[in-house]
Amino acid sequence: MTGAVLGPTATYVQAATLDEAVAALAAGARPIAGGTDLVVGARHGKAPLPAALVGIHRLPELGHLDTGPDGLRIGATVTHATLVAHPAVLAGWTGLADACAIIGSVATRARGTIGGNVMNASPAMDTGAPLLCLGAVAVLRGPGGERRLPVEELWTGPGTVSAAPDELLVALELPPVPQGPAPTSAGSAYVRLQYRRQMEIAVVGAAAAVRVSDGVVTSARIAITALAPTVRRVPAAEAALVGGRPDEGVLAEAARLAADAALPISDVRASAAYRRAMAEVVVHRAVRTALTRALGGVVPVPASATTFGS
Amino acid sequence: MAQPITLVVNGEEYPLVVDAHRSLLRALREDVGLTGPKEGCDDSECGACLVLVDGLPTNACSYLAVQADGSPITTVEGLGDGDRLSELQEAFLRRGGVQCGFCTPGMLVSATALLRAQQHPDVATIRTALAGNLCRCTGYEGIVAAVAEVAGTGT
Repeated sequence: MTGAVLGPTATYVQAATLDEAVAALAAGARPIAGGTDLVVGARHGKAPLPAALVGIHRLPELGHLDTGPDGLRIGATVTHATLVAHPAVLAGWTGLADACAIIGSVATRARGTIGGNVMNASPAMDTGAPLLCLGAVAVLRGPGGERRLPVEELWTGPGTVSAAPDELLVALELPPVPQGPAPTSAGSAYVRLQYRRQMEIAVVGAAAAVRVSDGVVTSARIAITALAPTVRRVPAAEAALVGGRPDEGVLAEAARLAADAALPISDVRASAAYRRAMAEVVVHRAVRTALTRALGGVVPVPASATTFGS
Repeated sequence: MAQPITLVVNGEEYPLVVDAHRSLLRALREDVGLTGPKEGCDDSECGACLVLVDGLPTNACSYLAVQADGSPITTVEGLGDGDRLSELQEAFLRRGGVQCGFCTPGMLVSATALLRAQQHPDVATIRTALAGNLCRCTGYEGIVAAVAEVAGTGT
């Protein structure tokens, strides 16, 4: 079976610099870092392994995780395990940590990179919804230089992105999250429906990021996972939350509006009808968890383990 | 195209010429000749192929040999010291953590990575750390008990 993906003319270059990697892409090579999607996808027959590969996993420029006044900058090859172990990510960008903590297995998280997850563009990707809610911007580098693109303009369909083939994702930039002082505060969360806790892909998922001032929601972002051709925000649900006190009625309304915006499919993991029904439940839990965290409550990472099962 | 690489496995250097698409698992088993890492699913689901690359747990079936060029690699063969098994391997034997043995190399490598990262993981942490390693014989109890014994958190 493995023989089917082996190309006799395959080539691999280990990029020594970022410029070398970008030049290799311009010459038709595809980037590989952790290989957790690319190689496994080839096994599944999703797409053969590219004949020309450029290894980017050893480029120091792509491996940094920096926080500062400008927010969070995540190099494209930062792994899920590194993100979820980072105190600033846990404290400020908690919803992203919720996602990184539950991707695949320990080995997937040790090898798999956030850049790979983002550019693989699965509608079920765990990091997508929190990145949308936290305002992530993709930094793309091509032969002509760098450009910045909000992630919501990056994903165009299942497995497709608007980046050109000769553009390399080098980093994701997330704006700072206000850390108090009270009474203004912020919180975020990502929750997925899962049949098991590890080695799982989201059946449906949702993220929320909220800011609260004097008990009133001043901003809200909500995004859904595995409920449309791409992860996407649900503006109607966001609008239902903003400007009021987040009581049970408001939460239920926001969850219902988010479920209304879903365009689920039926596949091996769930029927479309089940996904739509669960969308309301999962969005409700994500928003409630984000609000709880914004108001100083502690919900451990990953939120999915807390809000589902024991 | 065949490419020259050097795999550094359990402290030994193996100069090889491999196809760019050859998996690390194939290179270890067929070129280096270390058959401890197993091909179960060839799909990153079962963990039987698990090895450490740069100290990180890695499914060798889904990692390319060319990517591991020059990186320190540890397979199950490298866990013991010559003729002596590691403490963890001894505990697997004592606790009935081995039946058919097919999953055992991956289990041992995953558990070794866990115990290097954390000195005293509790049972829930051990179960999470081994979630990417499937076993069809033992029911996991003996495996988890063995790891917990070495971690000092077992009964």
